[in-house]
Amino acid sequence: MAVLNEEQEMLRDMAREWATNESPVTEFRKVRASGEPEAFDRAAYATMAEMGWAGIIIPEEHGGSDFGFLSAGLVVEELGKTLTASPLIATTLAASAIMLGGSEEQKSKWLPKLASGEAIATLAIDEGPHHDPDTLEASVSGSKLTGTKAFVAEAHGADLFVVAAKDGLYLVEKGDGVTLTTRRLTDQRSHADIAFDGAAADKLANGGDDLLDKVLDRARVLTAAEMLGMAQIVFDTTLAYLKQRVQFNQVLSSFQALQHRMADLFADLAQMRSAVEAGLQAIDSGAGVSRAAIVAKAEANRVMHTMSNEGIQLHGGIGMTDEYDIGFYLKRARVLEAAWGTRSFLKNRFATLGGY
Amino acid sequence: MATQLEPEARDSVDVFREEVRQFIADNFPEELKGKGLSMAGAEGGAKETPAQQAWREAMGQRGWGTPTWPKEYGGGGLNRKQAAILNEELARAGAYNPIGGMGVMMFGPTLLEYGSEAQKQEHIPPICRGEIRWCQGYSEPNAGSDLANLQTMAEDKGDHYLVNGQKTWTSGGQWADKCFAIVRTDRSDKHKGISFLLIDMDSPGVEVRPITMISGTSPFCETFFTDVKVPKENLVGEEGQGWTIGKRLLQHERTNLSGAAPGGRSGASLADIAKKYGRVNKDGTLADPVLRDRIADFEIRWTSFLHTARRAVEESKAAGGVSEISSALKKLGTKMGQERAELTIKIMGLQGLGWEGDNFSPIELQGVRAWLYGKATTIYGGSTEIQNNVIAKRVLGMLDHQ
Repeated sequence: MAVLNEEQEMLRDMAREWATNESPVTEFRKVRASGEPEAFDRAAYATMAEMGWAGIIIPEEHGGSDFGFLSAGLVVEELGKTLTASPLIATTLAASAIMLGGSEEQKSKWLPKLASGEAIATLAIDEGPHHDPDTLEASVSGSKLTGTKAFVAEAHGADLFVVAAKDGLYLVEKGDGVTLTTRRLTDQRSHADIAFDGAAADKLANGGDDLLDKVLDRARVLTAAEMLGMAQIVFDTTLAYLKQRVQFNQVLSSFQALQHRMADLFADLAQMRSAVEAGLQAIDSGAGVSRAAIVAKAEANRVMHTMSNEGIQLHGGIGMTDEYDIGFYLKRARVLEAAWGTRSFLKNRFATLGGY
Repeated sequence: MATQLEPEARDSVDVFREEVRQFIADNFPEELKGKGLSMAGAEGGAKETPAQQAWREAMGQRGWGTPTWPKEYGGGGLNRKQAAILNEELARAGAYNPIGGMGVMMFGPTLLEYGSEAQKQEHIPPICRGEIRWCQGYSEPNAGSDLANLQTMAEDKGDHYLVNGQKTWTSGGQWADKCFAIVRTDRSDKHKGISFLLIDMDSPGVEVRPITMISGTSPFCETFFTDVKVPKENLVGEEGQGWTIGKRLLQHERTNLSGAAPGGRSGASLADIAKKYGRVNKDGTLADPVLRDRIADFEIRWTSFLHTARRAVEESKAAGGVSEISSALKKLGTKMGQERAELTIKIMGLQGLGWEGDNFSPIELQGVRAWLYGKATTIYGGSTEIQNNVIAKRVLGMLDHQ
């Protein structure tokens, strides 16, 4: 765990307490059971916004607390632990796009609403099942956006979309020319394909040519932070299970074959945590962000993949049941692994940045 | 224009940096530029060149080879910030710290914690000056991973101990002046019967035989003790406290070994080596996409490992103790060092498997030896399997069969 200041420790403790007491996995089960495409609890999100979490990265003059990404990551990690379904990450990422590339007018219009929870926003970047930001077809002509976006996370609750078109990022409000088609995925969260048909689009013009890359760096790191919380819980749950489950008249945790697998997972988890925290810190410091973001997400993908598989295997049959929570982490893990770049995508990008 | 807000600390940092620069300019021999602490240093004064000797003495006198150790025992007495500046300036000048070895890495920190005042006064200053080489008397033929099973006996003879037994894998034993050893002073208790003893290697009855390794080198030795007399004042701590002290020393060892796998750190990047030995596309990318992928895969994990090593330091500093990830670090770092060595020889093809001859470059020949030598890193200092046991039992609380 990164060495935190007092403010950050308080924030983390508050998030941990809230997630544990008010938003355990049973709350996610309720969201799932409701079958609503929006797939999150509005009242819970309002509480989160009241606690200031929607405005963690937003400057004070726009209603946020300006605590930065390491702080945002702490909260996201805690929410990942309990699989809290919310548009917090999506909204934070949209806010970061506006902060990086928006005009004063755009910032004044949107950031206070996002910080207060009054508005929800999300990124709409990819156009197919694979993350592929280099071949986008959506285009804007005369401030009207046309194109299709696929598997957009948290789309159903969003009031505002940050949409990647061929020539930059645009703000598009829910409404005329924006049509959602639900795409239910294995994690049972909100995903939708969106058809933009001449929707009014307001360009984020101040972020430079690499605005999309900068936003994606942040998306990779914050997603990795959610995965970190998930990996930590799968590890902790599995360890606790091995300590109480008896087979051959012995607790499973006394078998060396299992001890060494847990030691491997422990070491992997240590690497994942370092990579994610380094990614968050890189964004806050502004140095080496792209590289750190790749490492964070690539390591999160690698470790969470193994961790979720081992978590099931080490639980045995009970791990396969819907009644037991661990399967939810496996299903969410695969969706997040695909988001903003698989390990293969990220390795390619890492090599390209490294000049080989 | 400079404001008046610059704090005093800023000035003292600048002053110290200037002092370091001046010292390096005055003392670092130009001919050593870009060279690291070579084996000559570890092998002892006989192979030291005059330039190496001068540089070692200059750094040793200042205590800067052991920058954060207390000044009263010959250390530099620097704080961490100053030590970091010293490192930065050495690197900037293409210089290096000429004072190392087991005395610095393991024995010194342990003696500072557990030794008597007289022992510290006697042993720490020569370590700081790089004058005395220490070796480690831990492993035995039947006490490697099960270290507490050691049988080398130190019998109480009133004013001295009489030591009999055999140690093995004594790194640098043939060049060492002294040995820090764990020995048995009581056969009735596996752990409480162990004591921590300092033995002069030139004592009558000490015999050292180098062991030739698969890499062709002999960095390890077998050491035999036959009726070796060791004065009572060479006992560190209490009799029977050796296991506790010995384990503390292993924590220092573990921390130091995590990044020590040969080829794991310095030198050309894997991508640069691959460009030199393989085909490259017009746009500068590697023509072999599988190799490119493997290199990126390794570099991502290596970057993450370096972050982890840094985090362990920050955590232990903040908590005032050893980080719970130190065993994981040793295990990860050594494995990745081996992986890098394997990748390197794979990239070079047969040109990277040379044993001797003019048609191989020194870098190629060293690479082969480093690859082979590196196989030791997951065995010594507590094998990977032992680190797994430590993590499972001490950190995760997984218990033995009941």
